[in-house]
Amino acid sequence: MSAALLQIRNLSVSVEGNEILHDISLDVHKGETHVLMGPNGAGKSTIGNTLMGNPQYHVISGSILFDGQELNGLSPDKRAKAGMFMSFQNPIEVPGLSLESFIRNAIRQQTGKPIRIFQFKKRLEDTMRLLNMDPAYADRDLNVGFSGGEKKKAEILQMLMLDPKLCILDETDSGLDVDAVHTVSNGIKEYQKNSEGALMIITHNAKILESLKVDRTHVIVRGHLVADGGPELIEKISEHGFEEYIAEAADINE
Amino acid sequence: MNDPVKDDAVHFDPAIDTEDDDINAYIDGESRSIYNFREDESDFYRVGEGLTADIVELISREKNDPEWMREFRLRSLDLYHKIRVPEWGPPIDGLNMDNIVTYVRPNTTMKGTWDEVPEEIRSAFDKLGIPQAEHEFLAGVGAQYDSELVYHNLQESVAAQGVVYTDIESSLTGKYADMVKEYFMKLVPPTDHKFAALHGAVWSGGSFVYVPKGVKVEVPLQSYFRLNAKGAGQFEHTLIIVDEGADLHFIEGCSAPKWNVANLHAGCVELYVKKNARLRYSTIENWSKNMYNLNTKRALVEEGGRMEWVSGSFGSHVSYLYPTTILKGRNAACEYTGITFAGKGQDLDTGCRMVHIGEDTSTLVTTKSISKDGGIGTFRSSIEVMPTAVNSRSSVDCSSLMLDDISRSDTIPAMEVRTDNCNIGHEAKIGRISDESVFYLMSRGISEEEARAMIVSGFADPVSKELPLEYAAEMNNLIKLEMEGSIS
Ligand SMILES: Nc1ncnc2c1ncn2[C@@H]1O[C@H](COP(=O)(O)OP(=O)(O)OP(=O)(O)O)[C@@H](O)[C@H]1O
Ligand SMILES: [Mg+2]
Repeated sequence: MSAALLQIRNLSVSVEGNEILHDISLDVHKGETHVLMGPNGAGKSTIGNTLMGNPQYHVISGSILFDGQELNGLSPDKRAKAGMFMSFQNPIEVPGLSLESFIRNAIRQQTGKPIRIFQFKKRLEDTMRLLNMDPAYADRDLNVGFSGGEKKKAEILQMLMLDPKLCILDETDSGLDVDAVHTVSNGIKEYQKNSEGALMIITHNAKILESLKVDRTHVIVRGHLVADGGPELIEKISEHGFEEYIAEAADINE
Repeated sequence: MNDPVKDDAVHFDPAIDTEDDDINAYIDGESRSIYNFREDESDFYRVGEGLTADIVELISREKNDPEWMREFRLRSLDLYHKIRVPEWGPPIDGLNMDNIVTYVRPNTTMKGTWDEVPEEIRSAFDKLGIPQAEHEFLAGVGAQYDSELVYHNLQESVAAQGVVYTDIESSLTGKYADMVKEYFMKLVPPTDHKFAALHGAVWSGGSFVYVPKGVKVEVPLQSYFRLNAKGAGQFEHTLIIVDEGADLHFIEGCSAPKWNVANLHAGCVELYVKKNARLRYSTIENWSKNMYNLNTKRALVEEGGRMEWVSGSFGSHVSYLYPTTILKGRNAACEYTGITFAGKGQDLDTGCRMVHIGEDTSTLVTTKSISKDGGIGTFRSSIEVMPTAVNSRSSVDCSSLMLDDISRSDTIPAMEVRTDNCNIGHEAKIGRISDESVFYLMSRGISEEEARAMIVSGFADPVSKELPLEYAAEMNNLIKLEMEGSIS
């Protein structure tokens, strides 16, 4: 098997002086879909933020190799250009910046090439339709006044438009109604279909995973990776919860 | 000493001045080169420095003023000497009137085609994109260089509607002489404050616009003021009368190259919006950072009239700028949308004043202020509601964005409400760019500098949206310039 697209080795991370992640190691290969589960506050978003390079998160030790490049010390925009993407658990509102011009700017900066406006508009509109978004939203200020579900769809829209190599979807399904879960999951399938892209899906809900092909599942509790497995783990957790793993994490902590 | 001096003692090198002093120190590192070019003016006519009755007489003679104007100037000068310097705003001790040259006449007369304008002056306006803008989307242009208009033109079709757009000087003797005399400095009398008095004494250049009853001017008119001369003052007067039911959009632009001595701008704008008329007055001000911008703007709105101010202030070292609107007639309305960007070494004191007199009058104020690198932005709003202004409404919304900890942004609201029967609201917000927003944009591949600029542009968006597309683009460009190198 070729070298992993993402190779996390012995990663420990602190936020505001508190160590949140402890000695995490994980591989993601091209085209794979991984699921990351764990109780509230376990450190899932912390993994996402650390991978994306949020300056609030400090790597204490360990390494993150992405597509052959060490990410530690790299600013978020450089990581994005290398092909990393994160769909935010809480997307940020930016008044006065339209969704469309944001995406256009992002593509222009990532590719370093001028954009063919007509083609871009067409692609944006098609993608919005795929996600059941009203194309009029392209002119609205980024996430401003968007409902929770609309924000999440806008994240998936960005993902499809930017076509990254690895997407971290941080609870993109939470707050979505039944139909929206279905729509978003179609968007994700589109991504899986069209590219060699890999996914790391953070979720509390097996629903979104039902129609997706999943390769690996990881369980994180109190900052420790406590279990790895195939798709069957998802079902197990849905039924039994994290109790067994919490005990395990407590052992590690001792 | 007060004789006109043909200034050959000092030859100005159009290349960048290398002398170093305080002002240069804070301009350093900025890339405002698109505005910062200087043209040679060694053969221009300058009066001597300082301010005396002799100089005022001289200007008056040079301009062939009618007698009433000569007297008006001298009376204003008298007032200027009597009125004290304002003490409530940013310090202006860097401005020494004894060193300011009040009148600099370019070596040309006013032309009606760009081809006739002397090369070095035309090239300045070319660099600023004025002839091109005129060609593409303006109905008329007036271009002032130092103290005099060097170019003035109005589209024939607009002139045929009876619209008058000319320099003030010729309006003093032409067909509209009586009208100009009736309105000139009536709204902003020289008694108003020290710099209004100064303006009354030494004003030169500017525009007179008259839009006859019912005439709607579809495309904007623009005046551009360029102050090139070192150590000089610009005192243009803008007088606009939009008659009943008429409609006009007037755009004012200004810029100057940077010098290492103080320059002064004390213009005056008087706007008369008659019954059911509408006037939109847009400004993009980008004075260089050695400029004292002590400008006075005022509008009088009659019944059912509508005044719209759009104002972007980017330049100058010190600004005092508080456009005032008097809503005299019933149902008069005014909307003020403004943005101020105070960078290093800038102390911009701006604001807006609304005086409600008529019944059912309404005002809406939306302002944005950005400060950075130790810049100080102060916004004063003053809403005055007279007892007669029953059933009037006013809403003021000011937000400011401070880009670092050493900059300041203050909002000083004042209200004087003399009737119970009105509805007044005020809201002020002060914010910073959040790290989370920058991270969010960066996570999509946008550089930190660009991310910050995008957030600032977004903040300014409610103002840029009010500008014609080309000017919005210029404003965004100015924001970008201001934001450049803002990342340590
Ligand atoms: N910016 C931060 N400042 C302070 N504490 C933080 C910050 N980010 C995360 N933490 C702390 O780190 C721990 C892990 O948080 P994280 O957001 O990674 O959890 P999570 O697994 O994503 O939880 P959830 O399922 O609720 O989203 C929590 O205890 C949280 O309070
Ligand atoms: Mg989370």
